Amino acid sequence: MKILRYLLQKEFIQILRNKSMWPVIFVMPIVQMLILVNAATLELKKADVYIVDQDMSDASRQLVNKLEGNPFFNVTSITDADFNADDQLLHGKANVVLDVPQNFERDLKRNNSASLQLRVDAINGMAAELTWSYMNSLIRSYNNNIRANWMGISKFDPPQKIVVSQRYWYNPTLIYAFYMAPGVLVILVTLIGMFLSAVNLVREKEIGTMEQLNVTPIKKYQFIAAKMIPFLVIALLVLSFGLLIAKLVFNLPFRGNIFVLYGFTTVFLLGVMGLGLLISVVSDTQQQVFFVSYFFLLVFILMSGLFTPVESMPKWAQWLDHLNPLYYMMKVIRNVVLKGSGFFDLKYEFLSMLGYGVAMFSLAVMRYRKTA
Amino acid sequence: MENEDIVIRVRDLVKKFGQFVADDHLSFDVYKGEIFGFLGANGAGKTTAIRMLCGLLEPTSGELTVAGLDGFKQREAIKRRIGYMSQKFSLYEDLTVNENIRLFAGIYGIPTRIRKEKTEELLEKLELTSARKKLVRDLPLGWKQKLAFSLAIIHDPSIVFLDEPSGGVDPVTRRRFWDLIYEAAHEGITVFVTTHYMDEAEYCDRVAIMSAGKIVALDTPEALKKEWDATSMDGVFLKLARSNE
Repeated sequence: MKILRYLLQKEFIQILRNKSMWPVIFVMPIVQMLILVNAATLELKKADVYIVDQDMSDASRQLVNKLEGNPFFNVTSITDADFNADDQLLHGKANVVLDVPQNFERDLKRNNSASLQLRVDAINGMAAELTWSYMNSLIRSYNNNIRANWMGISKFDPPQKIVVSQRYWYNPTLIYAFYMAPGVLVILVTLIGMFLSAVNLVREKEIGTMEQLNVTPIKKYQFIAAKMIPFLVIALLVLSFGLLIAKLVFNLPFRGNIFVLYGFTTVFLLGVMGLGLLISVVSDTQQQVFFVSYFFLLVFILMSGLFTPVESMPKWAQWLDHLNPLYYMMKVIRNVVLKGSGFFDLKYEFLSMLGYGVAMFSLAVMRYRKTA
Repeated sequence: MENEDIVIRVRDLVKKFGQFVADDHLSFDVYKGEIFGFLGANGAGKTTAIRMLCGLLEPTSGELTVAGLDGFKQREAIKRRIGYMSQKFSLYEDLTVNENIRLFAGIYGIPTRIRKEKTEELLEKLELTSARKKLVRDLPLGWKQKLAFSLAIIHDPSIVFLDEPSGGVDPVTRRRFWDLIYEAAHEGITVFVTTHYMDEAEYCDRVAIMSAGKIVALDTPEALKKEWDATSMDGVFLKLARSNE
């Protein structure tokens, strides 16, 4: 174990002396937290609505007013003819076109029913669905009002209605940053841990110092551990720094125990750094390491549930995701930070990540050859 | 049956890379305390051979005993008993002289107290005492080589392997470097050195000349010069090369 101490001392001196690395370590979290958390949002902030009102009645006017008063919709213009509504959609000037047909009010009064037409730009399917459902609920509420007003419903016989009131748990005000910030932190520690340790190892191969270590009685696990531990420490530092930014900038609540989070992150990093080092011991150049690590990282991140829920992936992909360490960590950090989950709530994730970590570390040690 | 004084015993050692035979049935013995030179042009198979002896490369076939240990099965045990310095003299350039000494002494398990004594001794001998806190990167090449050699023998190995140790420096600096090698040999450390400098070959007790993966001559420099009727190793090498064409 003494050898490990000397190796760690060497690694830390080298890291601390390498001035070019520190800005990366501290600037990266700031940039990622500020840009990614704010920019990567699926929330529908505003949809531009182009209204073709061929009725120009009281009833249609009320509907337009309702739309104009809704914070989700921005009425770009109101016209009485459907001349260039398609163009508006085609050129992206409107997200939705609402058509109010002639005789809308008359039909409503006479036949007790009328129809409207919605055309939604569905290039972004998710946004289209959201627009559709917002619009739908807006029209339903308009519908209720209009019936109450015109059909003259008696005060003694109120319309039968089931009222659903909402209460959102764990993120009651539905702040998207609360959902994104912990996820971005996971990406951050992964990048720092995996790339820095993997590149550090392969650099020793490139400059030839690795060969010198290979003729010494160093144990293979000592060498791999010495490459892992310093960057684990740095990654945890960056995590703390990132949490601080999240607290200061987004006012992210932290409901769990911070040591539980550090414990999980350590086990998680054992896996991703083990994978990085495994790639590094079988590669000869930094280029190879970057290319292969990037491939894994890209798949891991896109399948991690950072942007899109894992539950909406096809079954086989969900099954495959059990091999993705980021899938577990994404779940863990959101649960610990937002729900205040403890160790025992997440023991399946813990054991999975531990198994992954032990496997990757062992593979890296096994595949590391002291002979060329 | 074995000669007590044989520290490296090589029999029919072969290394193939695919179809290419880098070392073709090498056989020789190296005795305790001698300076044994491996001479040959680039690509003759010297580096491949020395890397097999150090346990950095797995031989394809043959027999290999280093410091009484089997070169196939006991490679890690061999590493405790040998020192190695390559043409890239792999010190850490971004560590200071002191830090490099501490690291390698630490890796070989030298206790702190002894390490401190050795460090002072070593710095004084190399006249590096005032440069102890300098980064190795900032040292002249000749000093780096001397430091690398001293670190290769810091754990008092029975054999030290030097793979073209003094490349890129002038003959005077090379001569000074060899003073260190003589000193080590004097203390009983066997020196195994590869080179393509003929002046270095003259400094060896015995020389094996390699060509195209084979040992084509093996004797003392004097005997080789007599045999090939040459005044220097340079002459021997030229005549040998011609006779092999």
